[in-house]
Amino acid sequence: MVDTTQMTVSDEVAISIEKMNKWYGQFHVLRDIDLTVYRGERIVIAGPSGSGKSTLIRCINALEEHQAGKIVVDGVHLTSDLKNIDAIRSEVGMCFQHFNLFPHLTILENCTLAPIWVRKIPKRQAEETAMHFLEKVKIPDQAHKYPGQLSGGQQQRVAIARSLCMKPRIMLFDEPTSALDPEMIKEVLDTMVELAEEGMTMLCVTHEMGFARQVANRVIFMDQGQIVEQNEPEEFFNNPQSERTKLFLSQILGH
Amino acid sequence: MSDTHSQLAFVRTEMLAQKEPPAKDKGAVKWVRTNLFSSWSNTILTLVAFYVIVKLIVSAGPWFANGLWDTNSLSECRAILDGARGACFSVLSERWQQLLFGIAYPSDQYWRPTLAFVIMLVAAAPVLFVKLPRILLVVTGLFPFVAYWLLWGGTFLTPLVSLIGVIAGYYAFKNVERFGFVLGLGAGVIVAAIVWKIGGALTASMDDVLALRAVASRDMGGYMLNMMLGVVCISLSLPIGIMLALGRQSHMPIIKGISVVFIEFIRGVPLITLLFVASVVLAYFFPPETNMDLILRVIIMITMFSSAYIAEVIRGGLAALPKGQYEAADSLGLDYAQAMRLIILPQALKISIPGIVNVAVGLFKDTTLVSVISMFDLVGMIRGPILASTEWNGVYWELYGFAALLFFVTCYSISQYSQWLERQLRTDHR
Repeated sequence: MVDTTQMTVSDEVAISIEKMNKWYGQFHVLRDIDLTVYRGERIVIAGPSGSGKSTLIRCINALEEHQAGKIVVDGVHLTSDLKNIDAIRSEVGMCFQHFNLFPHLTILENCTLAPIWVRKIPKRQAEETAMHFLEKVKIPDQAHKYPGQLSGGQQQRVAIARSLCMKPRIMLFDEPTSALDPEMIKEVLDTMVELAEEGMTMLCVTHEMGFARQVANRVIFMDQGQIVEQNEPEEFFNNPQSERTKLFLSQILGH
Repeated sequence: MSDTHSQLAFVRTEMLAQKEPPAKDKGAVKWVRTNLFSSWSNTILTLVAFYVIVKLIVSAGPWFANGLWDTNSLSECRAILDGARGACFSVLSERWQQLLFGIAYPSDQYWRPTLAFVIMLVAAAPVLFVKLPRILLVVTGLFPFVAYWLLWGGTFLTPLVSLIGVIAGYYAFKNVERFGFVLGLGAGVIVAAIVWKIGGALTASMDDVLALRAVASRDMGGYMLNMMLGVVCISLSLPIGIMLALGRQSHMPIIKGISVVFIEFIRGVPLITLLFVASVVLAYFFPPETNMDLILRVIIMITMFSSAYIAEVIRGGLAALPKGQYEAADSLGLDYAQAMRLIILPQALKISIPGIVNVAVGLFKDTTLVSVISMFDLVGMIRGPILASTEWNGVYWELYGFAALLFFVTCYSISQYSQWLERQLRTDHR
């Protein structure tokens, strides 16, 4: 398979986060996060549960509100202004751990809903685009079924296609394979690898270290709401610097 | 050692095909065994229930069979039956018009409520059955105005002006909406009010254009009144209930506060109290010259009452949705109104169907409470004019049985429809 780590990364900034802080009540979830993501970068965020990695990427499309610091996505400053938030959300696709497909709509309707209502694209055209992306994730024959009739892996691939139908410039993945059987993990990862090969800017929270090695050009390790270490995957896995990272890697790769 | 090993090893060379279950585990035999005679206690209960059913049929059978349909009074019934068990259904055949339309509705105009009822069925069809052609929704849209004209009579210009006002208001709303939802709403209301005012002034002197004989609200009665109240209040309280439920979830403190106070207050007050307020107390709050129609006042009260309940039912549906659905809708860039309309409400309402139908059926039966404030609905007719008449004083079973039958048929249809709808909307294939 292609080694995507060598793929070109432009010097155009896609996301810039400066001194971002977030609290849940008294609990300080994210502490002084600084992160710059360049267009075409594929970043894997790893870390123990509760380390704030999901919260971090959920702040990027304002599913969570940050209380201090600055987030700029695609040149748009993320404030509490609803216009800015909606503008960012329509440019940033997101895939969730539990897929979150709309169970009352068919697969095709899931994929065409946002293009039709947010992008105001005519229905016919939206359906063509949807079929294109459903072919890409290899389930065009399921287009007229309901999400409840599909396997978990298929549902997650539909979720990816649904995001792609909005032609996003950035994709966020929040543990996309954690709720899947081993057999299905591969089909989802294959889809994501393909996406990476096409140069999509991706931020991916995952425990799939093989995926990180193969696709990522940067691995970020988080603990206690902070970025503890970040490096190219080769260096990160073979030569981790901090004790916390070493411990984490020994546990996650140890078996 | 190698011997034991070969005994453990096993390789299946062909897969087994499906077989039929044994005879005692299928068909009617199985059903009777598992459902009626599965154990000693079950067998006893089956026999007792069977005995009760037979007893009921034996005793009620003659009552129906000997029923008289063509006498002129209860005493005549008793004379003919001469002590034998039998029903006096003549009260129904003689008074059915009063039971259906009330005592004062002009009898040569009965075709009007009947026609309105038939149109209502056509108007409801496209709302209830999505597969029907959408063009039928035109009938639904026009129905309230036509029905008002048919039931109350008067010139057709009155409902026509209000229809034009609604359409004008809608277009005003559509055009101003892009400057903000509230502005649009305001513009719509103002334009509609202007049209109504001008239209009212223009048509004031044209009382006999396309006029039907006017019937006053106090002359409405019988099952027709229950139907009118039920249909109007249910169709109004559903959208109001949805708004209240969403309001209660809102992050805006004022909207949330108003919703909570309204719901909690209305739920804490008995419907009878609200109806008395409608019939007696409300008059004190309005200037003496205003004369608000009694039916309108009752409709407002019942609608408020049931919308508070429906709001709580829908809130349950909203709470049952996984948070991921809200997040997925948000992450795709849908705004609040789109997310609610396309993602959240379709699912929340589906979950709420049993609860909503429960409220709707309850509300429909509660319309008989208006008999307490001396309106002659079906129960009011029975309690008042019919049982008080010299001919029929003492006929209880037949009259109340008839009322129960009418309500049962209606409510059972609603309930059957809702179960059908739930099956239609089931997409999870569990």
